[in-house]
Amino acid sequence: MLKRRVPLNPHENVQIQHSTPKNTLAYRGKPPLALLLVVYPWTQRFFDSFGNLSSPSAIMGNPKVKAHGKKVLTSFGDAVKNMDNLKGAFAKLSELHCDKLHVDPENFRLLGNVMVIILASHFGREFTPELQAAWQKLVAGVATALAHKYH
Amino acid sequence: MVHLTGEEKSAVAALWGKVNVEEVGGEALGRLLVVYPWTQRFFESFGDLSTADAVMKNPNVKKHGQKVLASFSEGLKHLDDLKGTFAALSELHCDKLHVDPENFRLLGNVLVVVLARHFGKEFTPELQSAYQKVVAGVATALAHKYH
Repeated sequence: MLKRRVPLNPHENVQIQHSTPKNTLAYRGKPPLALLLVVYPWTQRFFDSFGNLSSPSAIMGNPKVKAHGKKVLTSFGDAVKNMDNLKGAFAKLSELHCDKLHVDPENFRLLGNVMVIILASHFGREFTPELQAAWQKLVAGVATALAHKYH
Repeated sequence: MVHLTGEEKSAVAALWGKVNVEEVGGEALGRLLVVYPWTQRFFESFGDLSTADAVMKNPNVKKHGQKVLASFSEGLKHLDDLKGTFAALSELHCDKLHVDPENFRLLGNVLVVVLARHFGKEFTPELQSAYQKVVAGVATALAHKYH
């Protein structure tokens, strides 16, 4: 498992902050959580109570998935405001995902990758290699922070 | 072996038909080197890799990227026998090049990002799902002969 402990440099930080406001549109078109459930179907096991997940269109249109996806994105938004202390920012959520939800931390990395792909498809040309690098570091940092309290 | 439905196989092939293999190869390899800088250690003889711009414009990176993607294209024609198709390359990457197989997964992910970037809305969840399976299959096949 690769651990990206290198923090974002100031330039990357600026890139992330600059691109973040436009991300909402990207995620509205392709909700990250829904896409995770489509691309990595085993993740659906955590959402058995969410109703119809029988096809990609069912998943993408499922209101519970959408609602929970918004919650996840809001948390992620907090990450962007606390990039210097991701472990602190996600400590409680980490405990929750370990102790109550029993989610394999690998799934955090998968969700992070899905988010990067959504941004790439939305931003096209604007999604430069540097921006990709910055986002990849950030999602890796969030995944690590969410795994930090696991025991 | 990659388990794709008939529909997924057609969709993968149809999208790949629109891919400029030369361009996308260079872009994918270049982005790998920028996004995961430790991978540059395998390309020390390639010249200037000092900035993202230098990497993306580096002619050796572009040329090698094309080679890599041409192999991948070949793999797409043999989805039922990826291990066989990539056996020789797997041995090469283990015995001569000493590449950690995790890097194959990273390159696969970068390729999916590049496809998403190029195709935008056309890169549907179903296509993303299918391609993610393919790149995982290729990465596994490339690691298969490691010892």
